[in-house]
Amino acid sequence: MWKLRRFLKDYKKECIIGPLCKLFEAILELFVPLVMANIIDVGIANRDAGHVWRMSALLVLLAVLGWSSAMFTQYFASKASQGAGTKIRRALFAHINTLSHAELDALGTPSLITRITNDTNQVQQSIAMMIRLLTRAPFIIVGSLVMAMTINLKLSLIFFAAALLIALTLWLVMTRSVPVFAAMQRKLDRIGVISRENLSGNRVIRAFSKQKTECARVDAATEDLAKTSIRVSMLSALLSPVTYAVTDIAIILIVWFGAVEVNAGGMHTGDIVALVSYMTQILLAMVVVANLVTLMTRAGASAKRINEVLETAPSVTEATAEPVTVDSNAPKIAFENVSFHYSADGDEELSSVSFSVPRGATVGIIGGTGSGKTTLVNLVPRFYDVTKGCVRVDGVDVRDYPFAQLRRQIGIVPQQSVLFSGTIRDNLRWQNKNATDEEMIRALQIAQAYEFVAKLPQGLDSRVEQGGRNFSGGQRQRLCIARALVAHPAVLILDDSFSALDVATDAALRRALQENTQGMTVLLVTQRCATVREADLILTVHDGRLAGQGTHEELMRSCDIYRAICLSQQGETEVRHATA
Amino acid sequence: MQPRNSVKKVLRRLRPYTGILSAAVLCALVSVSLTLYIPVLVGHALDRIIGKGNVAFADVAQILGYIGVAVAGVTVCQWLMTYLVNLVSYKTVRDLRREVFRKLNTVPLAYIDTHGHGDLISRVINDVDAVGDGLTQLFLQLFAGVVTIVGTLIFMLMTDWRIALAVFFLTPLSLFVAAFIGKLSARRFREQQLLQGEISSYVEEYVGNQRIVKAFSYEQQAFEDFDAYNTKLYDVGFKAQYAGALANPTTRLVNAIVYAAVGVIGALTVLSGTLTVGGLSCFLTYANQYTKPFNDVTGVLTQLQTGIAAAARVFEVLEAEDETPDAPNAAAPPHRGEVCFDDVSFSYTPEKPLIRHFSLRVKSGTHVAIVGPTGCGKTTLINLLMRFYDVNGGSIRVDGADIRDMRRDELRTRFGMVLQDSWLFHGTIMENLRYGNENASEAEIIAAAKAAYAHSFIRRMPKGYDTVISEGGGNLSLGQKQLLCIARAMLTHPDILILDEATSSIDTLTEIRVQKAFAKMMQGKTAFVVAHRLSTIRESDVILVMRDGNIVEQGNHEELLQQKGFYYQLYQSQFSKQ
Repeated sequence: MWKLRRFLKDYKKECIIGPLCKLFEAILELFVPLVMANIIDVGIANRDAGHVWRMSALLVLLAVLGWSSAMFTQYFASKASQGAGTKIRRALFAHINTLSHAELDALGTPSLITRITNDTNQVQQSIAMMIRLLTRAPFIIVGSLVMAMTINLKLSLIFFAAALLIALTLWLVMTRSVPVFAAMQRKLDRIGVISRENLSGNRVIRAFSKQKTECARVDAATEDLAKTSIRVSMLSALLSPVTYAVTDIAIILIVWFGAVEVNAGGMHTGDIVALVSYMTQILLAMVVVANLVTLMTRAGASAKRINEVLETAPSVTEATAEPVTVDSNAPKIAFENVSFHYSADGDEELSSVSFSVPRGATVGIIGGTGSGKTTLVNLVPRFYDVTKGCVRVDGVDVRDYPFAQLRRQIGIVPQQSVLFSGTIRDNLRWQNKNATDEEMIRALQIAQAYEFVAKLPQGLDSRVEQGGRNFSGGQRQRLCIARALVAHPAVLILDDSFSALDVATDAALRRALQENTQGMTVLLVTQRCATVREADLILTVHDGRLAGQGTHEELMRSCDIYRAICLSQQGETEVRHATA
Repeated sequence: MQPRNSVKKVLRRLRPYTGILSAAVLCALVSVSLTLYIPVLVGHALDRIIGKGNVAFADVAQILGYIGVAVAGVTVCQWLMTYLVNLVSYKTVRDLRREVFRKLNTVPLAYIDTHGHGDLISRVINDVDAVGDGLTQLFLQLFAGVVTIVGTLIFMLMTDWRIALAVFFLTPLSLFVAAFIGKLSARRFREQQLLQGEISSYVEEYVGNQRIVKAFSYEQQAFEDFDAYNTKLYDVGFKAQYAGALANPTTRLVNAIVYAAVGVIGALTVLSGTLTVGGLSCFLTYANQYTKPFNDVTGVLTQLQTGIAAAARVFEVLEAEDETPDAPNAAAPPHRGEVCFDDVSFSYTPEKPLIRHFSLRVKSGTHVAIVGPTGCGKTTLINLLMRFYDVNGGSIRVDGADIRDMRRDELRTRFGMVLQDSWLFHGTIMENLRYGNENASEAEIIAAAKAAYAHSFIRRMPKGYDTVISEGGGNLSLGQKQLLCIARAMLTHPDILILDEATSSIDTLTEIRVQKAFAKMMQGKTAFVVAHRLSTIRESDVILVMRDGNIVEQGNHEELLQQKGFYYQLYQSQFSKQ
């Protein structure tokens, strides 16, 4: 939590004045029982109605003063907490933007999302609470104790004992129930898991007529949760009665020993009234402290999670912001003895990969799942840095480029086709803000998407929902291809981008790409043999190594793995026929 | 939905717990009256402590003894009340969750297909929880609050009716003030909530797809857009927080003024001699106690509102229409493996007719391939066959009986289904394989796994057949999952198969195995295959060519090629160059 203090730097004034105002209010509050005692001991004892009125006016004055200073506190608390929250969110988002793929993989996106939303809210709330309560509650406790001591030193011992006992009760109940709350959360998650499975597998469940089994599963899980909840509620329900009991017993003792004191002439009856009300105030303040402690532990955990992100350094950093000069005679892309692994203790994902791609060539990259195809193409836009060797684009090591110069010339169609909420037009303009309608329509036509986009009532202005879920998988994939094509990238990377397309569309799309990507260097990652057959160069990747490179005919002759893949997909006669 | 309606519906579900709730009310009654009585006793004690040398110790001791007993009573009853209320609300939460879950298994599949799963899960988890929280707060505040208000009033009236009336009329002021401020801030809170939601989805989208943002060098633009939301949230959030924060100090101000007023009136009454100092002391305590429920209710009002809104969302699910029930005297024709589509028409939405007047006779042992471009309605046929959806016109007959006249489970046991997105649940491999046939012996299961080419990879897993499959099957490859689904389907010994060939994403070796397993499974059985592979298509007895939801052509490979229709085009575009 302390590490986040820099976000409060611009709110120093608020963080000091706010608590001070609250302190002032608390001091005023402490006077209230004193004034009331004065009404009884002076006003009533002397039968002075005027005094009663004057003192009551003082009570109202105290209340109004307290109210106005509370208003100041609330103002400063709102301002500082919202301000700091806004700054934290901004810093997090900006920092996440600088992280590279390796760190994003390690942190995980769902977790990043909660950190930027829930965790930040939690910290923000705790700042407001701190400003409002951190001074007040301890002050009331200490103040009430001090006041009790000034009234009667001996009786104040009861206060200390009671305060300690209450603190002990709070601590005992909280430390015992918090772990159970965590267990409850886990059991609730379990119900979530069962529900999710039930919904996603509903067809299968119904196909096997297993609804009863599923209900039995959820019955067990809900029963389990209910049992744990009820057990913990037996404990947590103790908190309030026990603290009140301690207070009441303290009041009994105060009255008894107070009576002894009054009898001996050590104090007045009004003093006992004042002591009783101080006791009540201590109790209330203790309860606030307990809530504050819970809130702080939760906020502390959130703060830690926020810091974890802010302290993660990006592993891929820009060497220079200045554009570099390229060699237009060099091969467009060249891998020189490239090795790569995600983590130092893990296996190598790629080992000693070398190849070079002439300008304007179409390269097919084929291999089984997990063979390293995607890893290979991810190195070109420098999503990860190579472990050994180097990747060159236009003869320049990718590590020497500014990010924008390197990535702006590459169009990528990722494996998962994701669109962003907005319109189709918004999505197509991602890489080129000024793309004209003609350019977009051209890209859609090549991507075989124009037909269905044109059929939409609003055409290019049709809404895209988050993730593009209002389009089918195949439509999304084609829109993603169009998005990459709009900016006429020098390099086009298609990472298994035809998987949701049926054979006919796949074929039409490949033909259109072939006809329209003259001068464009295309990297085509796929598992389908037919897709790469006509590429200028085919790279067969197997277990992180290049098992072969060449044209289809060459590889059919020389590369066992390539031949195996092709044979498995087409039945022997066709392949023979094709090679003949 | 009317909020009052959902409250009523929740209350109706509390009926089994009337006994526990009455006990809780009784506890509230005892504990609150005793709580209220304690200040009276303290007052009595104070009245016997008059001054130096003038203290009636025996009386004081006796009164303090009573207080001790009262404290014990309060402690026990208060604990019991909280516990009982929690008991009821947790049990209600459990009951509601079960009810929703059962509902999800009896609604037509269309309901699940058309509703966001995240949203439905959130109703099972978050909304039901909110209902529970609302119930707990409602009962705790209601029981304790009502008894406190009534009790303090009675006590105050008994002590001095004039001051009591003053308190009675002054206190609700704070309630009005709180309500007024609440109304002022509600709009801002709504705005804030809305923005929070927007910012969350924005973050989800852009952080979730950070890779694409990077690939397109879109970072700066994304940051600027985000910051615009963020700045707006600051403005709205500040206003909402400040407006909301006004309520507490202001109600406290009103209460303090009431307190002062009671002080004045009380002191003056003491002066006129009709009230003792002890009486005044306990009056002051009552004035404080009396205002508390009002403050507490304003404090939990948001929770109650959230609970009511959540209940409405829960009941929305619970009131969804169920599937048509199974026919009472259901047909159970002998198993032959015949399917007959008779003039079937179907559409998901009335505006977009999908399947129109489709007829087909499938004899036992026939292999039917379904081909066509993406989104042409291939899965629709499966939905109809398994009766996940009912036809709008015509009929489907399996083994001679209209499937609407059969029990659903009877119908579905005749089918074995392997879909492209293989569904396995969180449990061991053995449990998953046994899913369709609980009586399968271990030997049978292993035999099926061997037949489905799954045995070898299962054996290589760390715990073999006892390996736990993680949620969503993350520790298995797509192909492996499909092999398991094949083995699972084999164990049920179906007459008719429904298979969905994977389009891609399976590595080559596994794919060969899946193909072989499919072939083995289909031997001698009626099969419907959504086919993507030429070999499957060519070897089928009947090919259904679908386009835009219609079956445009049907026949075998040679016949269809000779027709030179849509199938011919499809075939040419895919395979011409091979």
